[in-house]
Amino acid sequence: MAKVLVIAEHDGAKLNSGTAKVLACCGELSADAIDVLVAGNGDGLDAVCAQAAALSGVSRVLKNARAENAAPLAAMLAPQVVDLAGDYDYVLGPSTTFGKDLMPRVAALLGLPAVSDIMSVLGPRQFERPIYAGNAILTVNVPDGVKVVGTVRVASYKAVGEQSPAPVEAVASGAELPAHTRFVELRSGAKDRPDLQSATKVVSGGRGVGSGENFRLIFELADKLGAAAGASRAAVDAGFVPNDMQVGQTGKVVAPELYIAVGISGAIQHLAGIKDAGTIVAVNKDPDAPIFEVADIGLVADLFEAVPALVKALP
Amino acid sequence: MKVLVGVKRVVDYNVRIRVKPDGSGVLTDGVKMSMNPFDEIAVEEAIRLRERGVATELVAVSIGPQAVQEQLRTALAMGMDRAIHVDTADALQPLEAAQVFKALAEQEQADIVLLGKQAIDDDANQTGQMLAALWGRPQATFASAIEVNGGTARVTREVDAGLEVIDVDLPAVLTTDLRLNEPRYVKLPEMMKAKKKPLDSKPLAELIEGGTPRLELGAVRPPAARGAGIKVNSVEELVTELQGRGLI
Ligand SMILES: Cc1cc2nc3c(=O)[nH]c(=O)nc-3n(C[C@H](O)[C@H](O)[C@H](O)COP(=O)(O)OP(=O)(O)OC[C@H]3O[C@@H](n4cnc5c(N)ncnc54)[C@H](O)[C@@H]3O)c2cc1C
Ligand SMILES: Nc1ncnc2c1ncn2[C@@H]1O[C@H](COP(=O)(O)O)[C@@H](O)[C@H]1O
Repeated sequence: MAKVLVIAEHDGAKLNSGTAKVLACCGELSADAIDVLVAGNGDGLDAVCAQAAALSGVSRVLKNARAENAAPLAAMLAPQVVDLAGDYDYVLGPSTTFGKDLMPRVAALLGLPAVSDIMSVLGPRQFERPIYAGNAILTVNVPDGVKVVGTVRVASYKAVGEQSPAPVEAVASGAELPAHTRFVELRSGAKDRPDLQSATKVVSGGRGVGSGENFRLIFELADKLGAAAGASRAAVDAGFVPNDMQVGQTGKVVAPELYIAVGISGAIQHLAGIKDAGTIVAVNKDPDAPIFEVADIGLVADLFEAVPALVKALP
Repeated sequence: MKVLVGVKRVVDYNVRIRVKPDGSGVLTDGVKMSMNPFDEIAVEEAIRLRERGVATELVAVSIGPQAVQEQLRTALAMGMDRAIHVDTADALQPLEAAQVFKALAEQEQADIVLLGKQAIDDDANQTGQMLAALWGRPQATFASAIEVNGGTARVTREVDAGLEVIDVDLPAVLTTDLRLNEPRYVKLPEMMKAKKKPLDSKPLAELIEGGTPRLELGAVRPPAARGAGIKVNSVEELVTELQGRGLI
């Protein structure tokens, strides 16, 4: 009787797309029950629970409302997850900044190691995960009798579909919560484009774009395609665009059907974030740029001519 | 105020990684080794905390074989005051590394432990969070700005949704993200001076007991290669190609 507890990520109103991908991974575990823990607070929480309940494979949604859960702080959530994780064989979260912050803290409170970035399930306790920026794939085994705690690499899985809603049950954890960590604020950028981690198309710009002003070209192309907009580290470091647009080993890992890299050289750290893209298109003026070694379609051109022309030529 | 900084020796980020043909790991013989880039950022931040009058004693810690002393010397040359080498021939897993840091944080009565958000070899992104759990202290991971005011730190964190700001009471564990700072270059005279700074070596067994559950590490394989693509000569050809593949 294997039981899985999935820790849902949400913003208080909407379930993050990563949760449905974690569930896809859970589908490979031959589990008898998959429960989703929704910890939060406020009016939107019921809607989040309803979204989770409708995801295929979910047995129950556990709604854990508590004032301290208003912001997703690992120091607050971890003791509650540990408290509720008792008879589960697996406790999994998404490999987003939320999951990466939380799950190792949960594991350590349990005195257990954690598996980061599960990309495939080889057996009930055997998983593959990327190391060295995805340039090597390691098999790890979780020893018998040890709860499997970890994160699922969301770019490796496709979101599960819908089902008729599973029951939502209220749960409460008596865990004592610390006062040492306090949420101050979240500064989010404009959300007028699709989310990078779930978009089917992504257009990213690099240092070659030259300035924040010039990034207008990238946004125009993205909007024409209905795509999310991303960036290389160099473009973020240079202040062209905000950090939440960074794609790569240490930024977001994306898995769109179409990825268009504009003025990006193709450093291994950037490539680590796009390996799961269906088709990679590169626009770069340097024919020897390493991005062309992985691009499915390459165009050697000046981006300041090619991108406006592309925006015009697209149907 | 005392700051403890993690310094891991890893394969340099510019090296093209090759998997050993027998699947037992990646080739490291004759490969350039460096300080984990996130740890360089942590060292730099510790030094800046002292320059701002916040920190008074800066201790670099590395766990590994004798060779890690090379990276500790670099940290000393950058400006750390002293170094602790925790000697072990085995590659520790994050939970074990966290146990080591907890033991040292208590011994040293550290106010801040600064680690990298991830080591670019195992890409685990776990040690700081695990240390915070074991130590029963706050964690502020993926920091892009740190401001210490008396007994608390206000940390700006790079999260998927943007920038999150939290307050944590000290002592606390902070982990660095790329945009926290730009590490300084070390000049030769500083490298010479660093040779005279104290570097303490102690066996792992002095700090942790062992018997911690570990992940069993199996084979390592190269990732699936992406097939070679095509080049198009014009924007029109690109559009035709995308249409042909049903992508637009
Ligand atoms: C620990 C660590 C982690 C990192 N993590 C990440 C990460 O997560 N994501 C990431 O992206 N990077 C990451 N990096 C940085 C990475 O190594 C590269 O420095 C970075 O990806 C380079 O960005 P870029 O391709 O935009 O810039 P560059 O390498 O400078 O490339 C710019 C490209 O633009 C082209 N170009 C210039 N002008 C034009 C024009 N007019 N038309 C067409 N093409 C033009 C050039 O030919 C060049 O190829 C990391 C590095 C380290 C050390
Ligand atoms: N062997 C080690 N020696 C020193 N610091 C380490 C070691 N292992 C992990 N760390 C610290 O923990 C951080 C995160 O590592 P990881 O959890 O393995 O990705 C690193 O950036 C270091 O600061």
